[in-house]
Amino acid sequence: MSATEGLSELDTAPGRTNRLDTVALATEQPDDAQPYAELGLKDDEYARIREILGRRPTTAELAMYSVMWSEHCSYKSSKVHLRRFGDLPKSDALLVGMGENAGVVDVGEGYAVTFKVESHNHPSYVEPYQGAATGVGGIVRDILTMGARPIAVMDSLRFGRADAPDTARVLPGVVAGVGGYGNCLGLPNIGGELLFDDCYAGNPLVNALCVGVLRHEELQLAKAEGVGNKVVLFGARTGGDGIGGVSVLASETFDAEGPAKRPAVQVGDPFTEKLLIEACLEIFAAGLVTGIQDLGGAGISCATSELAAAGSGGMAIDLDAVPLRDSTLTPAEILMSESQERMCAIVEPDKVEAFLAVCAKWDVLATVIGEVTDGDRLTIDWHGERIIDVPPRTVALEGPRYERPMSRPADLDALQADTPPSSSADLRADWLAVVSSPDGADKSWVTEQYDRYVRGNTVLAQPEDAGVLRIDESSNLGIALSLDGNARYARLDPYTGAQLNLAEAYRNVAVSGAKPLAVTNCLNFGSPENPEVMWQFAEAVRGLADGCRELGLPVTGGNVSLYNQTGDVAINPTPVIGVLGVHADVTRRVPTGWRADGESVLLLGETRPEFGGSAWAAVVHGHLGGLPPRLDLAAERSLGEVLTSLAADGLVSSAHDLADGGLAQALTESALRYGTGARLNVTGDPTAALFGESVARVVVTTADPAAVRAVAEAAGVPVTELGTTGGDALVLDGLLELPLAELRAAWTATLPALFGSPEVAVGTVPAGTVPTS
Amino acid sequence: MRIGVITFPGSLDDVDAARAVRLAGGEPVALWHADHDLKDVDAVVLPGGFSYGDYLRAGAIAARSPLMADVVAAARGGLPVLGICNGFQVLCEAGLLPGALTRNGHLHFRNRDQGLLVERADTAWTSSFEQGQRIVVPVKNGEGRYVAAPAELDRLEGEGRVVVRYVDGNPNGSSRDIAGVTSADGRVVGLMPHPEHAVEELTGPSVDGLGFFTSVLSALVVAA
Repeated sequence: MSATEGLSELDTAPGRTNRLDTVALATEQPDDAQPYAELGLKDDEYARIREILGRRPTTAELAMYSVMWSEHCSYKSSKVHLRRFGDLPKSDALLVGMGENAGVVDVGEGYAVTFKVESHNHPSYVEPYQGAATGVGGIVRDILTMGARPIAVMDSLRFGRADAPDTARVLPGVVAGVGGYGNCLGLPNIGGELLFDDCYAGNPLVNALCVGVLRHEELQLAKAEGVGNKVVLFGARTGGDGIGGVSVLASETFDAEGPAKRPAVQVGDPFTEKLLIEACLEIFAAGLVTGIQDLGGAGISCATSELAAAGSGGMAIDLDAVPLRDSTLTPAEILMSESQERMCAIVEPDKVEAFLAVCAKWDVLATVIGEVTDGDRLTIDWHGERIIDVPPRTVALEGPRYERPMSRPADLDALQADTPPSSSADLRADWLAVVSSPDGADKSWVTEQYDRYVRGNTVLAQPEDAGVLRIDESSNLGIALSLDGNARYARLDPYTGAQLNLAEAYRNVAVSGAKPLAVTNCLNFGSPENPEVMWQFAEAVRGLADGCRELGLPVTGGNVSLYNQTGDVAINPTPVIGVLGVHADVTRRVPTGWRADGESVLLLGETRPEFGGSAWAAVVHGHLGGLPPRLDLAAERSLGEVLTSLAADGLVSSAHDLADGGLAQALTESALRYGTGARLNVTGDPTAALFGESVARVVVTTADPAAVRAVAEAAGVPVTELGTTGGDALVLDGLLELPLAELRAAWTATLPALFGSPEVAVGTVPAGTVPTS
Repeated sequence: MRIGVITFPGSLDDVDAARAVRLAGGEPVALWHADHDLKDVDAVVLPGGFSYGDYLRAGAIAARSPLMADVVAAARGGLPVLGICNGFQVLCEAGLLPGALTRNGHLHFRNRDQGLLVERADTAWTSSFEQGQRIVVPVKNGEGRYVAAPAELDRLEGEGRVVVRYVDGNPNGSSRDIAGVTSADGRVVGLMPHPEHAVEELTGPSVDGLGFFTSVLSALVVAA
């Protein structure tokens, strides 16, 4: 049964046909049976609601608790583990930590940056375009809610096998949705990930990041204070889309036999969101709000209960005032609707007029729907009758918490004992196979669908290791961001895997020349009701927390997405980690591509024969087993400091981190970026040298190798001279020679071959499309 | 020199256009779609974006906004007007330029660094270039395929009104690789590529785009 069916049954339950379920009725008829199970509530959760209220909940209250106590909103399975992030040492840079809509970090010169990554996995599988589009829209509103102007987005995408028929259904829609929404909002897409694995076949991952910038004094908080202050709902009208999205989609496992869940996916309107952004920023600048919250998962239920719970008083809402798209919606549906592009503000009475005037200027609908009261209750009336009367903290903050059972996956010992192959039979063929695999191949098919230029501050964007943005045009202050999540490593060892992902994102930010500053994360896992999944989750959180402690970085917030599985099969644990760095001077940024001939190519870091979870083992041997590469955060830290220093002194002309696909992948990307080859000489075991994935390694080019060597060795970072840039081939002496034309053909052909070539015949116009005047 | 930049609901590259004007040496002046006020500007830029979400047809609703009535009248009197991407779509919908911009042939939004051939270096917006000069400017659009009736295209070609043409690949299937056209008097220019995104080494693929903005400043000096 779907959530909407459950609700319509609520309103027509025997004995209550066509009669509004009010607080009075709930008291009068305490024993009415209620379909809480269909709304995702367990027996003991329902019992607790009855205990809190001292009676049965009304239909509307049941709807509100069911969405707010869902896994998605309450973090009931993950909260006991996420506490580890809060236990990290205090960071001076952190202005607002976890618990608000997004963390806020001081980046200097009076600027602050807020950033967060969030999943929209399940909606994107059900309806790829709208699911992905509204994923972008939701995270952008979280950033806006902090008082920041959103300045860029990133996307981290995972699909089933690239040649699977359903991937051809899901991927083009997701990419078009991410692009369609972000492009129309005027936010540059500055990077992300695109990866394929069978484990995502019935459960793709769509994680979207947004970053925003504000002055310290512009910070806004989501709380309702001040008795008599007005509650203003503004933005789009409320419709029937996305009802029960969080409880139905995000908190349940997909069942191949189940009913179609399309009605629970929201529909996006980026034009309205663009107007909402501009209106909000004008409202913030004029000091017209005392608190603000966006409406996302759980809609009005979430916004009103969270605003009230964070404040010191209560709140009274008149639900009849909510502007509707569909006048037949029941009160419970209005409360649960996840219609997009809506915000809720707390406004002092004498500022309401000015508030409404700004909204009118931007053609944004704004309506006073209630006010802050001096009690400790959240009350909601409908047609003059009270349908909700609850303590808001019990809805928003005091949801259930579970210490779910955990057990190490039974197959993990066997998996770790299954060591990967370690010798390539044909280095050249393997090289081409790795870089032309869907994971290794050129991503232009995707990234050309994203605007990377809008706002004019994009210094680096995909395919660079990190996205780099200018924040201030006069001082050239800027930031760098990278999102990384190797799920193969996390499958082999979730504790180390999460740290390796953190290390990669950290390294990518450092490669651009930035100093890493703070961490966000999106933790994508299977069902928490499976003890093996819960163990993976707990291990990943423990790993990430330990890694952040060692690197001295705070976790500013994040998102947990559970129930990512189809039937009994969970996805590989996929902790996607975002690292934010700061550039004192973005003109010193370091790109990944080689431009000049005759420069020295140096490898920083140490190479070991490590193939567990590697791209080479997966692509060439279809193998996943053994242990992931050895983690060395001290080496990462030293390397990061060396890279930041080399960039500041202008000593390197390019830098590229070594990750999936090892040296072969990195050299391919650096050479093809601007069509500059190199003659190189690698020593030691060639398979390890080319395809091993030892961490804390970076390839740099420089006109002054002695200076680079001196800086690196002073920090204890090993340096290997590989050779010199130039020519139109990658030549590895004694091993292989790859003409760039051949390499480029292999690298660029893969995605267009899978998802369609977007080229069109020049100058042709299909018949019937030519205007006649 | 005061160069107006219009903001419609859904305009996105208005900040970029204003920056380009400033870097070229002009004074950017913000204009609001709902006002009947051109604020005595010497030229007007209609920036890129998705005015009114591109609902109905790209540029169709913005073309009917209050300020556009003033822009059309002033353009007919010789005011230099540049329409970039969505701005080009608005100018076509407003009847200031011929033809129409339709959905890209491949149906995808396409953002890439695009080669252009400058075919007219004597309009108000392209005098800083040499005729036949090749430049690189970003293109980014979903509805950028320029179309017109064959006879109309022949007339435009005959009158030399194709200002810039795509080279090294046609990104959207535009007829005859047309990237931008001008009015008969060379004062109104519309193009799909984004010169305002190619004004700084730090953020653009080139600084070729700056030429469009320096052109109008020198055209205004000559006119004065």
